[in-house]
Amino acid sequence: MASSTALNGTSPRTRQWRVVDIVVASVIAVAVGVLFFAWSAGYSGISLLTAGFPPLAGLYSGGWLIAAVLGGLIIRKPGAAIYCEVLAAAVEALLGSHFGMTVLLSGVIQGIGAELVFLLFLYRKWNLTVALLAGLGAGLALAISENILYNALWTFEFKLLYTVFAAISGIVIAGLLSWLAMRGLAKTGVLSSFAAGRTADV
Amino acid sequence: MTPAQASSPAAVHVRARGWGWRHGGRKAFAARGLDLDIRPGERVLLLGASGAGKSTVLSGLAGLLGTGDEGEQEGELLLDGAHPAEARGRAGLVLQDPETQVVLARVGDEVAFAAENLSVPREEIWRRVGRALDDVGLDLPLDHPTTALSGGQKQRLALASVLAMEPGLLLLDEPTANLDPEGILEVRDAVVRVLERTGATLVVVEHRVAVWADVVDRVVVLDAGGGVLADGPPGTVLAEGPTRDRLAAAGVWVPGWQPDVGGPLPAGGGEALLSASGLTVARTKRGPAAVEDLGIEVRAAGALSITGPNGAGKSTAALTLGALLRPRAGRLEASAALAGTADGNPFRWRSSELVQRIGTVFQEPEHQFLTATVGDELEFGPRRVSGAPDLRRVTDVAERLRLTHLLKANPFTLSGGEKRRLSVATMLATAPRILILDEPTFGQDAGTWAELVTLLRELIDDGVSVLSVTHDADFIAALGGATLHISGGAGRLVTR
Amino acid sequence: MSTDHLTPVLTGKTLLRANPVSKLFAAVVITLALMASIDWVSAAVVLACELVLMPLLGISAVGLARRIWPLLVAAAIGAYGTALLAEKTGRVLLDVGPLLFTEGSVAAGIAVGLRGLALALPGIFLLLTTDPTDLADALAQKLRLPHRFVLGALASLRLVGLLVEEWESLGLARHARGIGSDGSIVARTRNLLGQSFGLIVQAIRRATRLATAMEARGFGGGTRTWARESTLAPLDAAVAAVGLLIAGGAVTAAVLAGTWNFILS
Repeated sequence: MASSTALNGTSPRTRQWRVVDIVVASVIAVAVGVLFFAWSAGYSGISLLTAGFPPLAGLYSGGWLIAAVLGGLIIRKPGAAIYCEVLAAAVEALLGSHFGMTVLLSGVIQGIGAELVFLLFLYRKWNLTVALLAGLGAGLALAISENILYNALWTFEFKLLYTVFAAISGIVIAGLLSWLAMRGLAKTGVLSSFAAGRTADV
Repeated sequence: MTPAQASSPAAVHVRARGWGWRHGGRKAFAARGLDLDIRPGERVLLLGASGAGKSTVLSGLAGLLGTGDEGEQEGELLLDGAHPAEARGRAGLVLQDPETQVVLARVGDEVAFAAENLSVPREEIWRRVGRALDDVGLDLPLDHPTTALSGGQKQRLALASVLAMEPGLLLLDEPTANLDPEGILEVRDAVVRVLERTGATLVVVEHRVAVWADVVDRVVVLDAGGGVLADGPPGTVLAEGPTRDRLAAAGVWVPGWQPDVGGPLPAGGGEALLSASGLTVARTKRGPAAVEDLGIEVRAAGALSITGPNGAGKSTAALTLGALLRPRAGRLEASAALAGTADGNPFRWRSSELVQRIGTVFQEPEHQFLTATVGDELEFGPRRVSGAPDLRRVTDVAERLRLTHLLKANPFTLSGGEKRRLSVATMLATAPRILILDEPTFGQDAGTWAELVTLLRELIDDGVSVLSVTHDADFIAALGGATLHISGGAGRLVTR
Repeated sequence: MSTDHLTPVLTGKTLLRANPVSKLFAAVVITLALMASIDWVSAAVVLACELVLMPLLGISAVGLARRIWPLLVAAAIGAYGTALLAEKTGRVLLDVGPLLFTEGSVAAGIAVGLRGLALALPGIFLLLTTDPTDLADALAQKLRLPHRFVLGALASLRLVGLLVEEWESLGLARHARGIGSDGSIVARTRNLLGQSFGLIVQAIRRATRLATAMEARGFGGGTRTWARESTLAPLDAAVAAVGLLIAGGAVTAAVLAGTWNFILS
C-alpha cells in the first residue's frame, strides 16, 4: 500500500466544522442518495434475485453505507459519518423509500458503526485499513439492527447468513469503493479545501 | 458588527498594502504584492490574465480566506481599517455560477437569508427584502420558486440577497460569464441601478470588458507576477497602447478588439452527411417536445450554427442530431458517405461506430473525462475503435491542441482553457466527419476563443462538418455557414 | 427518474398548516410503537387508523396509489421473505422443493407485511404535507438543532434536482465518448462506477461553490435571526394527541389480544 501511506497522513487542524465541511458533507450525502436511486434503476434484476432468497439482500446493503464511510474519509471531523449517513437516508426517504421514518433510525445506527471505527483511530488515521474497517463496522451495525427491526422472525441461521453477507458488502462496497473514490477525488483537485485533498501525494 | 438599522450604509474604503495569499498545500502565491487604495463609492473593474489572482483578491475582500491550514497571508488588506473577516456583511460577493448560489426554495426566503445571518430583526428583514427585489427589478411574488428562474434572474436574485446585508462594498466575480446576451444586460443594468441608489463601492472582475467599461470609473490590471500592472480611468488604460496590447495578449476581451482569425471561409458545400426530416426532439421520454418538425441537412466542409433563446431546445436538437438522444418522431438518416460500412440509421450504431462518425463536445468538459491522465484520455477513443490503434493521430492531435506537455496530468486539474482543448481533442482523436459543440465559447477568454475558432476553421477546411450550439455572434461570423434559429418549438434555417 | 419526487406537490390543507415538529412527533411515536413489536394486531390497528386519516392528505385514491405502490411491493416482499425464513410451526401449507410455508411462518409473514406498510405511511403523511423549508425552520427554532447543519442540509437538498439532471447529462456525455450501454455486465458495472465518480466530482465542486456563496452572505456565525417564525397552535396539540392515541391504542390492543411480541425479548 505504497500510495496509501501518502494518504495516511494528516487530519484537519481543528475539530470544529467549517461551513464548507457542512455543505460538502451534506452534498456528498445527497449525491450518494441520488446515486443509490440511480443504481437501483440499473439493477432491477437484483431485487428479484433477493426476493428468491432474502438474505442475499445483505450483499447489496453496502451501497446504503457509502455515505458514512466516504463522508468520514473526506470530512475527517467527529460526527461526519453519522451526519452523512442520516442525511443520505433522509434523501432516500424523499426519493421514495420503502421504510418511512425508520430509515432515519437506520441511518443513525449505520453511521455509528462507521463512526466508532474512525473514533477508535482517534480521527488520525485515514488509510485503506481504516476505510475497510469502517465499512465493516457500518455493515455489522446494519445487519444487527435489521435483524432486530425487520428480520426478527427469521431463524437464527438466516440471520447469521445475512450478517455475514452485510459484513462482506460493507467491507467491499462501502469500505473499498469509498477509499478508491476518496483517492480518485483527491487526484482531481476537488478536495483542495480539505485535509483529504491536501495531504494526498498526487 | 453592522448597525442593522442603518438604511443607507456608508460606502467602504479598501486598502491593501503588500497583500498576498497562498492557498494551503500550494507552493506559489495566488496573489502577491498588492498595493491598492479604493475610495468609498469608486467603481473598479479588476482585470488580469487568468492566474493573476483576481478571484483571490475578491475572496480576500469578502473575508472568505480562512486561517490556519487553509492558507497563508502576507501584508494587510483592510475594509475601513478592519480585517474583512471581522467586517461581516460590509462586503457582499456575487459569484459566477447562477446554479450554485441559490440556497433556498423561495425567492423571498433567498433574499432574507443573508439578512438573517447578520441577525437583522424580523420586521427589518422583510423591509429589506422588498427593497432589494425592487432594486434589482425582480417583480415576483415572495413565494415564487427559485428553480423557475432564468440564469439572468438567478444572478439578479443573488445580487438582491447580497443587498439585503446592506453592504458598503459590492464584489462581483464574473457575474455574467455564464449568461446569454439578454441575461448579461439584465444583470449589468440591475447593478447600475443598485449603485445609483446605494452609492456603494464596486469591484467587478469580468473577461468581457465591454459590458462594464461604461459603468466603472477606474480599471485596475493585476500583473500575473504580482502587484498592479496598470491603474487608471477606463479611457486611459484601455486606450491604444502597450497596456491594451498586453491585456489582449493575456486573453482579456478589451472593447473594440477581436482576435484575428482570418477572413471569411469559402462557402461550404460538400457532400451531405446527415439529413433530418420531420424530426421532433425531446429531452426526456415523457417530457414535452422541445422542437417539432425539424428538417435539415448537415453537409461536409461547412459550419452550421444553432441559435435561439435559452431553453428553446437548441442543445436537445444538437444531441439528437448527434445520435445521442432518440427523436420523439421523424427520421435521421446518415448518407453512405458518413455511414460507410455501418447502418444508415445512426441510432443503430454501436458506440464505437458512433465515435468514428460523430463527435459531440459537451458544454462541461469534465462530464466527458473518463481516465486519470490526459494521455489515456486521448487514447481512449481510438482504443474503443480498434484493439491496435494508430496512435500517430493521437500524437498529432495532442500537438495541434498544445496538450503534449500535459500528457501525464490529471484531466480534472487542468485550467478551464486546457480542459476545453482536451475535450475537443478527445473527439478529434477518432477523426469523426461531424463535430458537434455545445456552447464552445461560453466563459472563455479571448486566447482560448481564438485558438478554438482557428482550429474549427482548419477542420472545416479539411472537410469536417462543424455544428455548434451558440449565442456568440462573433463565433458564428468567424465560422460562416448556415444558421438554424430555434424558438417557440420550431427551427428556421438562415443561410448567408 | 423524475424530478417530481424532489419537489413534492404538497397536499392536505389541514395538515399543511400544522407545525412540522408536531407531525414529526406523531410520526415518531407511531413508528416507535410499531417497531417495538412484530405482531399483526398492533400493525393492523395502526394501518386502520392511517387509512381512516387518509382523506386528510387531500389526494385521490389513484394519486396515492401511484405514489405508494413501491411500498406495497416492498411490504409484500417482506412478508414473503419472512414466511419463507421464519420458524416452520403449525400445519404445512405449501411444500415445493426448497419452498416450505407453514401456518406459523405465513402468520409471521402477514404480521411483517402489515407492519412494513404501517411503518411506511407516517413518512408519506409527513412528506406530502411538509415543506422542507418549514421543516428546517421548525427543527432549528423549536427543536434547537444546530442551525448551521439544518440550513446546510436544506441547501444541499436543493441540489438533488440539479444532480439528477447532471447524472443524465453525464450518461449522454460518456456515450459520446464511446461508452455505451452495450457490453458485458462487468463493462456496464465499470461504466456505472465511472459515471458515479463523475457525479461525485461535480457534486463536490458545486458544494464548494455553494459553501462560498453561503459564507459570502454571512452564513456560519454563532447567532442568527429568522425571517419566518415557526409557531405552534392548538392544531399542533391535536396532531400530537392523535399520534399518541394511535400509538397507545395499538400497543393496548396488542397486549389485550395477547399478540404483543417485543422485538428485544
